[in-house]
Amino acid sequence: MSDSVIEIIQAKGKGADGEEEAPVVVARAVYEHPFVVRLCHWVNAVALFVMVGSGLQIFRAFPSFGAKIPQKDLLHWPRAFAIGGWLGGALQWHLTFMWIYIATGVFYLGYELFSGNYRQVLFTHRDVPGVWPMVKHYFFFGPKPPVRGAYNPLQKQAYTTVIGLGVLSVLTGLVVWKPVQFSWLAWMMGGFHYARIWHFAVMWAILFFVLGHLVMVILHGWNNFVSMLTGWKKDPGY
Amino acid sequence: MIKNNDRKMNDRKMDEKKFRQNGRRELLKLAPVLALGAFAIPSLQEGLLKKGLGFSDWASARLFRSGHLAPTFDNAELTPFAKFPINGYDVDDPEVIFESWTLSVSGAVSRPGNYTLAQVQALPRIRQNTRHICVEGWDVIGRFGGARLSDFLKLVGADPTARFITVNCADDYYESLDIATAIHPQTLLCYEMYEQPLTRKHGAPLRLQIPTKIGYKQAKYLTDLKVSHVLDRVGYWEDQGYSWFYGL
Repeated sequence: MSDSVIEIIQAKGKGADGEEEAPVVVARAVYEHPFVVRLCHWVNAVALFVMVGSGLQIFRAFPSFGAKIPQKDLLHWPRAFAIGGWLGGALQWHLTFMWIYIATGVFYLGYELFSGNYRQVLFTHRDVPGVWPMVKHYFFFGPKPPVRGAYNPLQKQAYTTVIGLGVLSVLTGLVVWKPVQFSWLAWMMGGFHYARIWHFAVMWAILFFVLGHLVMVILHGWNNFVSMLTGWKKDPGY
Repeated sequence: MIKNNDRKMNDRKMDEKKFRQNGRRELLKLAPVLALGAFAIPSLQEGLLKKGLGFSDWASARLFRSGHLAPTFDNAELTPFAKFPINGYDVDDPEVIFESWTLSVSGAVSRPGNYTLAQVQALPRIRQNTRHICVEGWDVIGRFGGARLSDFLKLVGADPTARFITVNCADDYYESLDIATAIHPQTLLCYEMYEQPLTRKHGAPLRLQIPTKIGYKQAKYLTDLKVSHVLDRVGYWEDQGYSWFYGL
């Protein structure tokens, strides 16, 4: 990571004696997020928003995971927090944005793999010892472990998990959409009926991540947020 | 570590002004994200979503494998008949007069005309336990019996180059099918459920039963069947905005 650090300098004018003064280093900055990652992040954020919103509207048509007769509703999701207005409209949104959602996922994963950037985010066995100190720091006011890179072990764990959940959301969704053509995948999930439950559960797991993610973004301030827009993080903690 | 960075790293010092400019440039590169905002513009939204749905239908047709069978189930896995839902878009029973009922066949067929239920029942009878999935999200496993639509199409001498089947129903419902699905071996002209004659509310005397399609494609109380090369009438729910292909 160290080679992507720069020093931001403020050039000084000539001093009274005519000598050029040495430039002053005012900040450091590190290039954390390649363009493809940023692009995929924001397009996927929009797509995820639409997928969840329209998915909840689709769920409203039969808000149950049991039998149709007799029907026992699980929860009545308010229409105001759903996209599409009605089942047919929500399906249009869902079946349109799923392609954008899948495209960003495939493009992102391909980029990470071929560029080697996956090393920044992939949670491996080497990150395991670092998880507990981070949990202690975040949740139990423990001391802050030294920061060594863009992502700490807990972040890597969270991001790796949510990328896995993203893949699962697509696979379970494919089975709900095409339980016959993907009958072997459906079989692995326990059939169409259970695939629909998995698809719903995966959505909540992703939303749980998003909630934590947004809290962390707020806690970590402006420079951290800007890095997902420009790629550069000013005054990194490492 | 990242190739992208190496270029920038040649100069490890950057002037403050240049850093800000660079940041703005990087931000501008994300402008394509704003293109998604087109979906928020009311005048564009409908057309874009229609294109998205159309793309999904196109992909659905590509994904459909004519030789791939829908899973079938044991009798023990059947949903009890009493718990098999009845869904109609208008009435549950359009009061078909069975005595005078015929299926009117027209279009690209060599033997058009009115076909009786007996003629359909004279074709080899198929019984299958398959899953019926409603677009709303519920699913049931039912036992269906009937003639293969492909056998019936042979009986009426359907043009093998035809591309669509359109049906009309006694309750004014209408639907259409791609020919690949129509000739799929599990696509039935269904006249019995659970080894009993089809009841009025389930679509008597004849309905479509298609384990590779969503529920609303499986029209009940059939009265007309047309074989055609072009699609002039799509389907009742499709005209409200639902997917046309909706293959499972």
